[in-house]
Amino acid sequence: MTTMAIVGIGIHPFGRFELTAQQMALIAIRDALADVGVSWPDIELAVGGSLDGGQADVMVGQLGPTGIPFINVLNGCATGAASLITARNMISAGTGELGLVVGFDKHPRGAFAAADVTAWGVGRWYGEVGMFLNPQFFGLKAQRYLHEHQIPVETLAAVAEKAFANGTLNPNAWRRKPLSRVDIAGSRLINDPLRQYMICSPSEGAVALVVCRAEVAHKYSDHPIYLRAAELSSRKNGSFELFQTSLPRDLPATPSELASQKAYEAAGLAPADIDVWQLQDTESGAEIMHMAEVGLCEHGAQAELIESGATKIGGATPVNTDGGLLANGEPVGASGLRMVYEVCLQLRGDAGERQVTGAQTGLTHVYGAPGISACTILSTQAAS
Amino acid sequence: MALNPIAENLFREEDDGVHLVGGRCIACDAVTFPTRETCGACQGTAIREELLPRRGTVWTWTTQSFLPKAPYIGPETDEDFTGFVVGYIDLPGACMVQARLDVPVDRAAELAAIGTEMESVAVPFTTDESGNTVHVYAFRPVSVPATA
Repeated sequence: MTTMAIVGIGIHPFGRFELTAQQMALIAIRDALADVGVSWPDIELAVGGSLDGGQADVMVGQLGPTGIPFINVLNGCATGAASLITARNMISAGTGELGLVVGFDKHPRGAFAAADVTAWGVGRWYGEVGMFLNPQFFGLKAQRYLHEHQIPVETLAAVAEKAFANGTLNPNAWRRKPLSRVDIAGSRLINDPLRQYMICSPSEGAVALVVCRAEVAHKYSDHPIYLRAAELSSRKNGSFELFQTSLPRDLPATPSELASQKAYEAAGLAPADIDVWQLQDTESGAEIMHMAEVGLCEHGAQAELIESGATKIGGATPVNTDGGLLANGEPVGASGLRMVYEVCLQLRGDAGERQVTGAQTGLTHVYGAPGISACTILSTQAAS
Repeated sequence: MALNPIAENLFREEDDGVHLVGGRCIACDAVTFPTRETCGACQGTAIREELLPRRGTVWTWTTQSFLPKAPYIGPETDEDFTGFVVGYIDLPGACMVQARLDVPVDRAAELAAIGTEMESVAVPFTTDESGNTVHVYAFRPVSVPATA
């Protein structure tokens, strides 16, 4: 049964700004409240999270403290999805009818770094020897995947080219200049086969959503978007993830496979029902792998699909219509909700130049450390 | 030359060369490197320390082309850093282990290609406060002479 609908959406553009993370979040929140035409005192519950931007509930000071339950959530890349899950569960438990979900962040430049690697389950030596590096893992994983499924390295550049092309159509994106395949394939090698323009950077931004109990959605909006599923999975034993000193010879199902399968089951929908896809593209290889892991296609079918234009806007299975992480960067707390925001725009028919004709159902997918994935399925229809 | 490993219980020199030290679950036979207190596969707590086979094949590899930030303690600077190679080695009958691969970074695609047979070695990494060489484990192609 569908519990929750999204009736208001707000965003602060992604990129680099002079504002604090919370100032950006407040702009997104006011944008979302205005979008649905309610005011802050109407909100009965709130959930939010940020990795580096401070505690979400601090913002009640700026919004006007009203005494509502405001839960702070932090779940890495899945912070936004975990916030949506929390809000849904609160609404289903009767905590309130109208809620706010917010994600925001602002990170230092350069690859994410940890002061204490032992907090990530490995010995100090692992960091000292130079293996505690996110993009290094992405390189290892992409190298293996391309080999195993005979995907040409050129496909990595094709994914990035599409991301930046979509970014040019998105006024809220960070990277809005097109980059040619030649530029991308000729950019600096970071972790073979991944090059500079194939890897996203930490950035800044904020997204807010006004949510409500599904039964009353039409009271607030003429175009509610229903949260048909929101599922989060941690990893199984032996999963090929960041910071694994050893792996078993037989790898288990991935967190992305687990989360997406649970989401389809919860929604009563199948991959063939999805009109628009937002997949975690921390780097180009991730988008390729995730296409198969969430059931968009078979493993190994990606190169042909991508080269045929199927994943572009206007293709049969458009992926990352707003430019994805590659064009928006990754403010960890806001990134997953950006995907939800884009799907809401698409399903409302408000995506402008990026509009996927007739989109009724969309899927969002995040994946990250320490082996976690979350998927949401959003639809204009409350039930099939 | 005595080894001065970067950490205890990672690798050890035996008569036939350097072995990584893993752990095998007595209940379910799952092997990890390094050893651990609880088996991730069956939650068993009886884990037997085991020297892992020296030889295996490259399962995947990548280059590290930018100088890592702290907590990296390698001796390089931005001026002289040329990169290094890491990968996972599939050790038959044991598990796949993450390791440095002792091949030149500009020949990684050729010398560390997936499927290449390699064996475990200890290589000098940096120098500690007392001036002693610190060793790390690495894998080196069986068919190529030492490059370091």
